[in-house]
Amino acid sequence: MAAITTHVEAVGQAAIRSVSSVGRAGFLGIDAVRALRKVELWGPHLIPQLARVGVESVPIALFIATFTGIVLSLQASYTFTGAVPLYFVGTLVGKTMILELGPVLTGLALSGRVGANIAAEIGTMRVTDQIDALETLAYDPVAYLVVPRVLAGAIMFPLVVILANAIGILAGWGASLVLLDLSSPEFLKGLKLFFLPFDVRFSFIKSITFGVTVTAVGCYFGFHTRGGAEGVGHATTRAVVIASMIILVLDAFWAAVLLR
Amino acid sequence: MSIELVNVCKSFDSNEVLKGLSLTINDGQTTTIVGASGSGKSVALKHIVGLLRPDRGDVWVDEHNVSRLDQDSLYRLRRNIGYVFQFAALFDSMTIGENVGMGLRRMPELEEDEIRQRVSECLALVELSGYEDRLPSQLSGGQRKRAGLARAIATRPKYILYDEPTTGLDPVTTAVIDEMIVRMSEELGVTGVIISHDMKSAFRISDRVAMLYEGMIRIDGTPDEVRASDDPIVKGFIQGIPELMGAKS
Ligand SMILES: Nc1ncnc2c1ncn2[C@@H]1O[C@H](COP(=O)(O)OP(=O)(O)OP(=O)(O)O)[C@@H](O)[C@H]1O
Ligand SMILES: [Mg+2]
Repeated sequence: MAAITTHVEAVGQAAIRSVSSVGRAGFLGIDAVRALRKVELWGPHLIPQLARVGVESVPIALFIATFTGIVLSLQASYTFTGAVPLYFVGTLVGKTMILELGPVLTGLALSGRVGANIAAEIGTMRVTDQIDALETLAYDPVAYLVVPRVLAGAIMFPLVVILANAIGILAGWGASLVLLDLSSPEFLKGLKLFFLPFDVRFSFIKSITFGVTVTAVGCYFGFHTRGGAEGVGHATTRAVVIASMIILVLDAFWAAVLLR
Repeated sequence: MSIELVNVCKSFDSNEVLKGLSLTINDGQTTTIVGASGSGKSVALKHIVGLLRPDRGDVWVDEHNVSRLDQDSLYRLRRNIGYVFQFAALFDSMTIGENVGMGLRRMPELEEDEIRQRVSECLALVELSGYEDRLPSQLSGGQRKRAGLARAIATRPKYILYDEPTTGLDPVTTAVIDEMIVRMSEELGVTGVIISHDMKSAFRISDRVAMLYEGMIRIDGTPDEVRASDDPIVKGFIQGIPELMGAKS
């Protein structure tokens, strides 16, 4: 009986904790929107943060995109086995890269890189009282730390994804030339066949939300870090896990809303 | 114009730290808060600048109820308050000079070379002249602490809250900091609130000494009054005789 009560209690406490985290995240969100008007605090940090998101994300995004593009083209030709004209490889590579894998894989990789870095950085500032120090020096820490990072995510992320899409398609193209018996005109024909400008817009919109997710979740867990170096470790891991989960949910959400 | 804590209660989860703390800090005076480690001294100090909000009770600074202020007014009020953190809390991505200049950069009336001038003055006050371009990680603990002190006084605030400004410093540096605190109060009329474990210097430099015990102010008086107290808790604490304190509680 006692054991059951403990379990019920544990579940109850976990539920309370998650509700209160959502609440706190909401407050941080409201504070961030209000902090937008304090341009003098976040403005000077926007460019460095843009550069940082770019530097941290471009190499890994391109690496992932290259190999994904190659695999996509090989897998497409393997699946079609002569039943479908081979130039559809181009279609599949293009569509899959732009609509799904470009944004999602880049997003997941970046939650492990940009998101984790932000959580560790802000978490360390929290546990060493640097955030309190900002407060006492009349710097709104939300305007000073959160806003430039989230804006940088929202601006830089779609650009990185567009680049990743392009590289992925180029890699798929290269692979179909070298590894499959496909010519460039055929690949391009396939690529153009079902291409819609909307696809790029879709990819773009998705990436903006992913960029906001990764950076905002990193900031959130950083801000609510407790308990020294160990707490910073926890915050970092949780930021990566939660951001990845939100990205996957958002991915399904956008497909349901915009692809039907 | 003064700082007043009225019946402040604060708990963290089930840990009741402040249980109705009331304390008035008079303008122009230096008040030292003493008390055992973990008794809530830092928590009390953080309430004065609104870093923590009381569960119950009120905190008044300059006739403003700190816990009721909206964000903008709170930031405006904080420009009159310097805060020296127990562990310095320097921004580790910035140089010492940038750290000390942080508050000054929020004052639009200051030109860049005035800021530089003030930064080097403040660093000289804490005997860190020429350290402008070092990073916090290149300083010793005591040096970091002094840099934190310089950062807090740079804006020439009316109130300065010192959380253990001299703990962990050598006797000579301690004397230098103590003297600086006295000068801030005598020459600039700064109101100081100091948390300290050093009873000797507390009695020497303060106008009033208050002792925090079990979430409340156990005694609040001039150094002579506190020294003369026959409350065993107070006596036990200032003489470092735990048996005296244990006998009562
Ligand atoms: N942000 C916080 N969250 C949870 N508990 C806290 C927090 N800040 C302080 N506490 C708890 O409040 C109590 C008092 O802490 P405080 O830092 O005020 O002690 P102190 O009197 O300054 O001690 P010391 O002399 O060692 O600095 C401690 O039990 C501490 O664990
Ligand atoms: Mg303390």
